[in-house]
Amino acid sequence: MNETIRAAWVVGRRDFTAIVLSKAFLMFLLGPLFPVGAGILFGSLGNSVAADIGGDMVGISMPADQTQALVRTRAALAEALGETRFPEVRALVPDGRSPKQLLDNAKLEDGNSKGKLAAVLSGSFDAPVLTATAEEAQNMGPELALLIGQARSGTARLQRIAVDPVDSSAGGLQRAQLLTGQAGQFLLFLLVLLLAGMVLSNLVEEKSNKIIEILAAAIPIDAVFIGKLFAMLAMALVGIVVWGAAGMAALQIWGPGLPELPVPALGWPIFIVLGVLYFVMAYLILGSMFLGIGAMASTVREVQTLSMPVTMLQMFVFGFAFYTVSKIGQPIEIVASILPFTSPFAMIARAAQVPVFWPHLVALAGQGLFALLVVRTSAMLFRRNVMKSGGGAGVMQALFGRKKTA
Amino acid sequence: MGGYAIEARGLVKRFGAFTAVDGVDLQVAEGSITGMLGPNGAGKTTLLRMLLGIIDPDEGTRTLLGSEKPLKRAHEVGYLPEERGLYQSMKAVDTIAFMGALRQLPLDEGRRRGRVLMEEAGLGHAIEKKIKELSKGMAQTVQLLGTIVHRPRLIVLDEPFSGLDAINQGKLERLIRQQAEDGVTVIFSTHVIAHAERLCENVAIVAGGKVRFDGSVEAARDRLRPQVHLETRETEGNWRAALPAGTEREGHWWHFTLPEGGPEPLLGALIEGKAGIRSLSIERPGLHDAFVAIAGEAAAAEMQRLHSDGDKP
Repeated sequence: MNETIRAAWVVGRRDFTAIVLSKAFLMFLLGPLFPVGAGILFGSLGNSVAADIGGDMVGISMPADQTQALVRTRAALAEALGETRFPEVRALVPDGRSPKQLLDNAKLEDGNSKGKLAAVLSGSFDAPVLTATAEEAQNMGPELALLIGQARSGTARLQRIAVDPVDSSAGGLQRAQLLTGQAGQFLLFLLVLLLAGMVLSNLVEEKSNKIIEILAAAIPIDAVFIGKLFAMLAMALVGIVVWGAAGMAALQIWGPGLPELPVPALGWPIFIVLGVLYFVMAYLILGSMFLGIGAMASTVREVQTLSMPVTMLQMFVFGFAFYTVSKIGQPIEIVASILPFTSPFAMIARAAQVPVFWPHLVALAGQGLFALLVVRTSAMLFRRNVMKSGGGAGVMQALFGRKKTA
Repeated sequence: MGGYAIEARGLVKRFGAFTAVDGVDLQVAEGSITGMLGPNGAGKTTLLRMLLGIIDPDEGTRTLLGSEKPLKRAHEVGYLPEERGLYQSMKAVDTIAFMGALRQLPLDEGRRRGRVLMEEAGLGHAIEKKIKELSKGMAQTVQLLGTIVHRPRLIVLDEPFSGLDAINQGKLERLIRQQAEDGVTVIFSTHVIAHAERLCENVAIVAGGKVRFDGSVEAARDRLRPQVHLETRETEGNWRAALPAGTEREGHWWHFTLPEGGPEPLLGALIEGKAGIRSLSIERPGLHDAFVAIAGEAAAAEMQRLHSDGDKP
């Protein structure tokens, strides 16, 4: 056992140094910036496109005083409740055409509005008529009815309400912690998937450049497996430390301008420690499965074929855990917390929402035992297949086909 | 010293329906240089992998440096696989140190020895270079140095001459001899008989997954009777009765296997019968002839083809 640990250390140290000092690691560290940047970019693009297209616009063809009252009421309510709450309304120049004709080609009074009309509101406050598709009528009808009612009564102004502030409310805190739990789950899933894939490509690279035979001749193959697994884990933890430090720095710089993060039920320090531990467990389970698979494959194509079912399983696992995040204490959430594959994800969400610590100790113990089982099984597969030579060794044979040994 | 560095009994390895190694018995004496001869697909690499504990046999037992668990002795073994592989972004000296560290040599000591070995091998200028910056021959030399940096008791080389130019093949032969002089056991596989003939005291001839012969080079050669090439002035006479059955004639030339009784009775009959001896040569068979006789014409032809394809000594 001592020799296995020593040899695993030699392999792990080499892998860790090689990865951390490579350009690829810099890309790995910058990786999280890409989705954030892409989010900002596409968000601003989306806003720009939405602004170019314009919202729903309703032309008003009513008596002049009613039209003006409607436009004023809409402006007042939109200012108080938000621009997107009501369809945009514009006064039409009366030219004797029917509402249907106006809908096709209306001339607006301000003459410079963007977009085309989605509907025309005609008639009067007593007998309004909306010319629109059934879908548009369903979407805008209630808001337009509310506008007419307010315009008619002349009470567009909202009543001012005094605020008696409190730090939190049960409903608000629950929603916020749910968000924290979802964010924790998503981060955990992304990290695990990314790293397990890296473990796999690292192994395939070594099989293809023939170094694996030098390793297998010198040290127990279990040591190769464990060394690789933990080297990648150490690399990931370095990444998490760097990202954490960068996040803290960003908070120091831009913190005051950012919305306050919802505090998890167990508090930030315990939540972060549990997050790291659950990440380790999830990574060990998935990473060792990928290493076992990698040992059976000799080409990148084979790896892709073999790893697809596991990736799909992982997506399913995440989907299941994500589904249960809002169902704390219900049987389905308890099942997700017990099942080893979903447990790390379900439990991190629980840590965000439930202020009870002991279930985490039980879950970590259970996950640890299962991780040990998966690591040992995968190591056995790895040992059985990684140095297999000769043709015709299919996956089923790799899994079950061991012959009698001396 | 005096025992066996490697002992194998009844080793069998199958890959599906294909039997790569079929009941091999082998003994490699400590301190000897042993060549494992055979064409591609003979089972040499699979046999070496089993002996080293890289793969397990399906049947049979093997002992490496006294242990039935070869990996327990890995720190006393150096192994150069047939398919060379190195980390391309690693420095040459770090590569040697890493290979030593795998076999329990402390990393710093590995670096120190690596520098010395590279200087001795004429690669002092490449110590700090990355493997990807070296020529193929230099990279192979680095790997070889990594194989011996921890000063093993047993060195196993799988097709070590493959891909080397004549100069580097000569260097490798010298290194193997030097290691043997230091008491290290060396076993290498090759399909170039000339290397084995020059270097080895013992050979194992492998063909079709079986060891057809395991013993000294001399014993292999002694399996064949010497060949006699005789040129006479006369072509007829009583002396012809002294020529053994199966003698081939080409004009005044006679080719035959030296009879069991040796050359003296034959010479006496030739002189007495006035055959008029113009020339007489007795040639002891080489290892190639022994290989043909032991492994068969097909295996020999395959070896010759491989040799012609690229690995000229």
